[in-house]
Amino acid sequence: MSADIETQAVDRSDLSDEVMIQITGMNKWFGDFHVLRDINLTVFQGERIVICGPSGSGKSTLIRCINRLEEHQQGQIIVDNVELTNDLKQIDQVRREVGMVFQHFNLFPHLTVLENCTLAPIWVRDTPKVDAEQAAMEYLARVKIPEQAEKYPGQLSGGQQQRVAIARSLCMNPKIMLFDEPTSALDPEMIKEVLDVMVDLAETGMTMIVVSHEMGFARQVAHRVIFMDDGQVVEQNEPEEFFNNPQSDRTKLFLSQILSH
Amino acid sequence: MADTTGSGANRAFVRTETLPQAPPPLSTRGWIGWLRENLFSSPLNAALTIGALYVLYLFVPPLIEWAIIEAVWTGASNADCKGHDGACWAIVPARFGQFIYGFYPEAERWRADLVFILFCINVAPILSDRLPGRTFAALFIVSGFPIVAGLILFGGIGLEAVPTDRWGGLLLTLVLAVVSILFSLPLGILLALGRRSEMPIVSTFSIAFIELCRAVPLITVLFMASFMLPLFLPEGVNFNELLRALIGVTIFASAYMAEVVRGGLQALPKGQTEAAQALGLTYWQAMRLIIMPQALKIVIPGIVNTFISLFKDTSLVSIIGLFDLLLVAKASVTDPKWLGLEHEAYIFTALLYFVFCFGMSRYSLWLEGKLNTERRD
Repeated sequence: MSADIETQAVDRSDLSDEVMIQITGMNKWFGDFHVLRDINLTVFQGERIVICGPSGSGKSTLIRCINRLEEHQQGQIIVDNVELTNDLKQIDQVRREVGMVFQHFNLFPHLTVLENCTLAPIWVRDTPKVDAEQAAMEYLARVKIPEQAEKYPGQLSGGQQQRVAIARSLCMNPKIMLFDEPTSALDPEMIKEVLDVMVDLAETGMTMIVVSHEMGFARQVAHRVIFMDDGQVVEQNEPEEFFNNPQSDRTKLFLSQILSH
Repeated sequence: MADTTGSGANRAFVRTETLPQAPPPLSTRGWIGWLRENLFSSPLNAALTIGALYVLYLFVPPLIEWAIIEAVWTGASNADCKGHDGACWAIVPARFGQFIYGFYPEAERWRADLVFILFCINVAPILSDRLPGRTFAALFIVSGFPIVAGLILFGGIGLEAVPTDRWGGLLLTLVLAVVSILFSLPLGILLALGRRSEMPIVSTFSIAFIELCRAVPLITVLFMASFMLPLFLPEGVNFNELLRALIGVTIFASAYMAEVVRGGLQALPKGQTEAAQALGLTYWQAMRLIIMPQALKIVIPGIVNTFISLFKDTSLVSIIGLFDLLLVAKASVTDPKWLGLEHEAYIFTALLYFVFCFGMSRYSLWLEGKLNTERRD
């Protein structure tokens, strides 16, 4: 049951034609468990996609395949014209251009906020320390916490930590940003501050793939919403159509459950 | 006071003023509070406290009398201590040179002192973060320093050669301990990483090495290094007894160190590695910058524990005929002049061991405290 996006009517009026991510016939197994089944997905530059679905549906695994935190066993993944294979050089090349924000932030607790942000530019991109710090401060200002630069992650709230994590990824000047349930581990009071930052980021034209159940966010910024279940893409559409007029019964059931409360 | 229990007639409650912070009750503060809390918190504890005080009364005064009041501090032989009831500390100053240097020639002992001073200079930036050049010092201490120290101690170039069988006492103990400590930590880190490696050859080798070394007693390793190794070497090829012991002790200790470090690696959430990978750091960058600093911090107590036990285990080299501190002490009381002074010789030896081991222990506590202020979570 594959969904071919080319046949879908996606509003791409504000998108370029440049393909950022091309996934074709991709399959993945965890041991004997077929976790991703025949995934076909094309993401254009500047496109924003929200992926939702029940837990265990493979949505996190899918975006983790895009920067090779997970290895796929069949099919092809091409990110920014580089195919992901066992070639470590190519993997590193992709990872430099793809930022990722995790559910549990995964900040480095032994480094200050500023050091968290400058580490990768200094070591991976060979940016001089002064320049890296200047850029980091700009991104920290963009996520609205420049005053926390000298603190350690353990001293910040969850929402602040997640905003630092976003700034840390942005410091690498990525072409694509992946978000793996960025607000699921946050207290209700802090979800909004993170979503606001993500909306700001969306306005800059960043290519974003967001695994999330924040349907308000999906309606506001997504070009496309994808619903996954059992390792397959079940349905995808523009947000308005997806929420107002879901086609598959599985999608209807899912939407009724998450929107009912 | 407002009723917030909800049991009264009026269930609605709105707090209008914030309660100020109050000090704890007087009976839990100050030294009286401390005594009550720690020594007399219950009748049983009070009885145990009084009992312990009585036991101390029985043992401490006689010990002080023997070790200090009745002790003889100077003398040329045990004859000078005849007729006294106390300790005969005269053996310590008389044999001090041998305790510290073994049979290192007296005229050349400044070389050992020099190496000790150089070591302190080299190790200072590694231990303290107020001094610059930590990375360089850490690299130098496992590369250049052993060569320099070896040349000074061993001599040969412009200096009188002092073969290693004349090194002894605290000098030999420190050489063994410092070299094995310095090299077992990096080796242990590599083995721990190897054991977790996804490459089957690397992990199999690491596991085999670690398990083999941990499954035999250190004495066996030393015997092997001392007596068996020469049998396997080609005829005419022979290398220094001390060097063989050093290699044996280091290899043995690195296996233990590897398991300690592995404990720290396993305590780290997988997300740390993933975040490092997602940022594009290479494996070695991620290990050096993200994983190891955190993993080693977690296992500081375990690492220092291994260091301390290693320091004391060096005394086992006496069984392959190396005159370390303990064997020098043992030999000193076989001298007819100092016959029968085992207590004094061994207590002094124990004190020397204690100074170094306690120093390491305190340093590790200080280090843990310092690193902890950086991370309040």
